[in-house]
Amino acid sequence: MEKFETLTGIAAPLPLVNVDTDMIIPKQFLKTIKRSGLGVNLFDEMRYDREGNENPDFVLNQPAYRDADILISGENFGCGSSREHAPWAIKDFGIRCVIAPSFADIFFNNCFKNGILPIALPQEQVDLLMKEAEKGQNARMTVDLENQTITTPDGTQVTFDVDPFRKRCLMEGLDDIGLTLEKGAAIDTFESGAQATRPWM
Amino acid sequence: MSPKTLYDKIWDEHVVHEAEDGTCLLYIDRHLVHEVTSPQAFEGLRMAGRTPRAPEKTIAVPDHNVPTDPTRVDGIKDEQSRIQVEALRANAKEFGIEMYDVDDNRQGIVHIIGPEQGWTQPGMTIVCGDSHTATHGAFGALAHGIGTSEVEHVLATQTLIQQKSKNMLVKVEGTLPPGVTAKDITLTIIGRTGTAGGTGHVIEYAGSAIRELSMEGRMTVCNMAIEGGARAGLIAPDEKTFEYVKGRPHAPKGAQWEMAVEYWKSMRSDEGAHYDKVVEIDASEITPVVTWGTSPEDVLPIDGSVPSPEDFQGGKVDAARRALEYMGLEPGTRLSDIEIDTVFIGSCTNGRIEDLREVARIMEGKKVKDGLRAMIVPGSGMVRLQAEEEGIAQKLQDAGFEWRMAGCSMCLGMNPDQLAPGERCASTSNRNFEGRQGYKGRTHLMSPAMAAAAAITGRLTDVRDLA
Ligand code: SF4
Repeated sequence: MEKFETLTGIAAPLPLVNVDTDMIIPKQFLKTIKRSGLGVNLFDEMRYDREGNENPDFVLNQPAYRDADILISGENFGCGSSREHAPWAIKDFGIRCVIAPSFADIFFNNCFKNGILPIALPQEQVDLLMKEAEKGQNARMTVDLENQTITTPDGTQVTFDVDPFRKRCLMEGLDDIGLTLEKGAAIDTFESGAQATRPWM
Repeated sequence: MSPKTLYDKIWDEHVVHEAEDGTCLLYIDRHLVHEVTSPQAFEGLRMAGRTPRAPEKTIAVPDHNVPTDPTRVDGIKDEQSRIQVEALRANAKEFGIEMYDVDDNRQGIVHIIGPEQGWTQPGMTIVCGDSHTATHGAFGALAHGIGTSEVEHVLATQTLIQQKSKNMLVKVEGTLPPGVTAKDITLTIIGRTGTAGGTGHVIEYAGSAIRELSMEGRMTVCNMAIEGGARAGLIAPDEKTFEYVKGRPHAPKGAQWEMAVEYWKSMRSDEGAHYDKVVEIDASEITPVVTWGTSPEDVLPIDGSVPSPEDFQGGKVDAARRALEYMGLEPGTRLSDIEIDTVFIGSCTNGRIEDLREVARIMEGKKVKDGLRAMIVPGSGMVRLQAEEEGIAQKLQDAGFEWRMAGCSMCLGMNPDQLAPGERCASTSNRNFEGRQGYKGRTHLMSPAMAAAAAITGRLTDVRDLA
């Protein structure tokens, strides 16, 4: 997995609550059997009209935000289905960090598996960053995972929480499966215990 | 020992390893895969030269992409859908996983066939690359959706890296009024707590109204735990649960059955167990409800009216404005005046035999209104067969419904069953998101009984008015 240490880039404001996974990547794009190539379809139904022309009002179509690295949005971001296509599309577009007051559980989890850092902050702090992001191209922010800070262009700093295990996995780009396979003996022991007490399972 | 919740018990029974920071490696008893969220996981295994640790603990079924017309057995026409189903078939074969293929009567929606085949049992941990895995919680199993990377993790290790969630109790006490069903309970809860109300929690549903529900009804309730933001929903197993599981193909047999039932009986929350959050609902106050907007929390009793954005606060004002525009609705319109074009009865929320029986009961002596498109999609081939044997299938077709093959169908438009732009649907599914049932399609969620009532009158209708 790609490492995440610090990220400096443009933050795009998407001030909507309950952004669901169908908005992030509509189901017609779930038919792929690959992980890559979904970035062009990120937010498809808001980003394009039926003929595939760009909707100029949508934030990621505006010149200032076409190369956004960070997305700032409203509460309950990523609700809906478990599709990992949502973080795949976000990552493929080039966004590596999503900031919102709260996230849906599965989406939040899926981000970490794909080198994306989701940051949950109190509403007031999200509002502050949203305002900064609305300034457009100058809104380059720095997300420092090691120190758990977000710095805005005028030097304002916001700190955030992150689970230590997930932080380490992101910073070192660790492969979860590899880590778990190292615990093979513990899994063996568990299985023989379970076989004795719950043989029908 | 301090008293434990059902969730605590299942969790504790499955911890393989706990790190100092509380991150656990949790053993997974059962894994279900479907064609949409698994190809990249199998590909990942192959690329890393890994093999499934316990392929006998996984079953596979295609459901999201499959068309629901009978000609599908001759091949799926949409190329991308066909490739996904073929990939599932090839992967199941290569890795030694049991699959219920398109031409198998046992094929159906993954969350319907798990319980149906006895694959789902109390006290288990069950996962699937699908958020509605919460359905299986109706059996007192800890069941939740996972992403594709986790599907790969489960295949390779039969475990998941997890943080424990908090405990939430939703207690529904009392007797449901006539015409009110499990779907109304679950929608009412979401209307009350919001789509993020359960975030970070596992919900245990309890109370006399929940115990009174059939297993089908309990599955409907747990199915939508995810719409309430919870990781999983749970209901303690009881005699009804054991009765349902007994004799099914994957159920324990003989001496193991006795042993299993003994164990299952211990799978309930202890007296005095601690919940981080408690919501209490009086069953007698629940009415038939429908959704008016584009979030499952946009729920109102059928005798209400479309709200105005000013009725909301904060970010919800804009969300409501956007929802009303998308849904093509004016504030103040009576919900029962909203005309519909389509009726969809099916999905893992309401595609079981009991749901179809309920629809048939409401349709007795009545017809689908002229000009409406009304379809019934059984949740599995077995449900379909049973409905045909009981004579329900014929009655429903005589009443004007299309009778389809099993699959996810119009719950999400990944197969040919889709709403056209602007089309308005009375749907028994679980999500009313923008574009969910088809580009610019408009979804109103409701119970099967309410969807049947809408089929008769051509508008959203209080099923209690039809009696
Ligand atoms: S029926 Fe709908 S909710 Fe259920 S698994 Fe299929 S697509 Fe998902």
